[in-house]
Amino acid sequence: MLRGKAFKFGDNISTDHIVPGRLLHLRSNLPELAKHVFEDTDPAFAQRVASGDFVVAGKNFGLGSSREHAPLIIKMSGISAVLTKSVARIFFRNAINVGLPVLICDTDKINDGDELEVDLKAGKINNLTNKAQLSFSRMPEVMLRILNEGGLIPYITKYGNFRVL
Amino acid sequence: MGKTLAEKILSTKSRKDVSAGDIVIAPLDLVFMQDSTGPLTLRQFNEANLNTIHNPERTILFIDHSVPSPARELSNDHKFLRSFAKEKGVVLSDSGEGVGHQIVAESFAKPGDVVVGADSHTVTAGALGAFATGMGSTDVAIAIALGKTWLRVPETIKVVVNGRFAKGVYAKDLILHLIGQIGADGATYKALEFSGETVGMITMSERLTIANMAVEAGAKVGLFPADSVTQSYLESQGRGKQYIALHPDADATYESIIEINAAQLEPTVAKPHTVDNTATIKEVEGTRIEQVFIGTCTNGRLDDLRIAADILKGKKRHPRTRLVVAPASKKVLLAALAEGYITTLVEAGATIIPPGCAACLGVHQGVLGDRETCLSTANRNFKGRMGNPTAFIYLASPATAATTAIRGKISDPREVV
Repeated sequence: MLRGKAFKFGDNISTDHIVPGRLLHLRSNLPELAKHVFEDTDPAFAQRVASGDFVVAGKNFGLGSSREHAPLIIKMSGISAVLTKSVARIFFRNAINVGLPVLICDTDKINDGDELEVDLKAGKINNLTNKAQLSFSRMPEVMLRILNEGGLIPYITKYGNFRVL
Repeated sequence: MGKTLAEKILSTKSRKDVSAGDIVIAPLDLVFMQDSTGPLTLRQFNEANLNTIHNPERTILFIDHSVPSPARELSNDHKFLRSFAKEKGVVLSDSGEGVGHQIVAESFAKPGDVVVGADSHTVTAGALGAFATGMGSTDVAIAIALGKTWLRVPETIKVVVNGRFAKGVYAKDLILHLIGQIGADGATYKALEFSGETVGMITMSERLTIANMAVEAGAKVGLFPADSVTQSYLESQGRGKQYIALHPDADATYESIIEINAAQLEPTVAKPHTVDNTATIKEVEGTRIEQVFIGTCTNGRLDDLRIAADILKGKKRHPRTRLVVAPASKKVLLAALAEGYITTLVEAGATIIPPGCAACLGVHQGVLGDRETCLSTANRNFKGRMGNPTAFIYLASPATAATTAIRGKISDPREVV
């Protein structure tokens, strides 16, 4: 069971919004890069976020560049899952590969600052602030297996190959 | 049952009869990364303790995103990539060679290939009939080690384009129009497959522009058939023997079909801050522009520079409008020098920057000032994309860009071509 508060974003949050190209020189210094996560979109995010919190977005979250630093530094900031109406393809793969769950659900019933409880196994989201009950769709089996191992590196380390598709 | 291009390529490669929705393990013909995603890719590769590169000759490290390096941290990233390339014997495309996607088109991708790259614009090679898709660092780290990856066979949206472009209208206007129509997530997880008589009338360079931007509608791939245009292009690059014809089956199943009449298209512009926020030129004409940027994997090829040079010949850029030009590759730069396009552009007031990605992603060589406005031939206009979150980016064709540079405000290229 995951529990934390919601950081609400709008539609079409690109990987440039999460980690802009002007910070390219910090990409080999992830702890420093992580201090800037969402800086151009919500300058206070990195200071306010606490371990277990959720990024909650509209449609097409993570569009644009393939930079995996985007889900990596979201995860490093303490975020336990991204809840979004829809997600861009490369971001989705990257997030799962680094062990950050992305849950597809109707996020209209979640407001900024709401306290949420997420049951990953049952596929349920409980909004403790407004009592809304939400469910999220099951991700493809192959991605679930990678996520369950904690990401693609632990998955490959364990199986040595894509063997359980 | 008939197959789309995506189904055909993935069936052949996985040696299984697959269709949309199936998961395949596909052997890879080409895997690459670049200097902004490469260091993380190689750190992940090392962490996984895989040690061996499956096919070093078909693994490329492109140093193209920040060249020459503007910061010591990036210089050290480059050092890391170079030493890895030397140690493992993989292909290194260093500073000055150009944008990876352009080099992949010129020298590597061929019809029927499966290509993955740690860069979202890997889709560019779909122009040659290759199933080419972008991934992140970890996927690519595993791909260079195993020589394969997992893929979901995508559903396909067929885009049928008929008619001839009017004067002043180009492939860039077509793809901007399409993205505006279906939206920035209109093709998420799907293949875009281009067909129709217009596809046979355009050059490989124009196909590359269109395929390049498929990802701006969320697409996994933007595929063109391999035909006589592909054959001539491969021959021009000394790779004629790598040609195979590749067409979708006539009875293939499509998720949807979009028809576009190229003759009715107008010069099109994407307004800040999303690529699907498109308008026809008349709606945005007159917007003041402080910088025009011509280049990138979208529109930095020889014909793009020719179109710009033809418009700028004997003219000067507007005093308030900087003009930055980046040829997409060394090959393009040399050809543009030989043709005199570079002289024309410099005489018109252009600053020529080295072949590479540069200003497009806001690292250096054309970073925007506060609240400045740029018209660019690149593929993205997200807030902060060109190094400044308060700036505004418009996307358009090289002809619109060149006309805008002369007048200092967004202008209709049909008035000058």
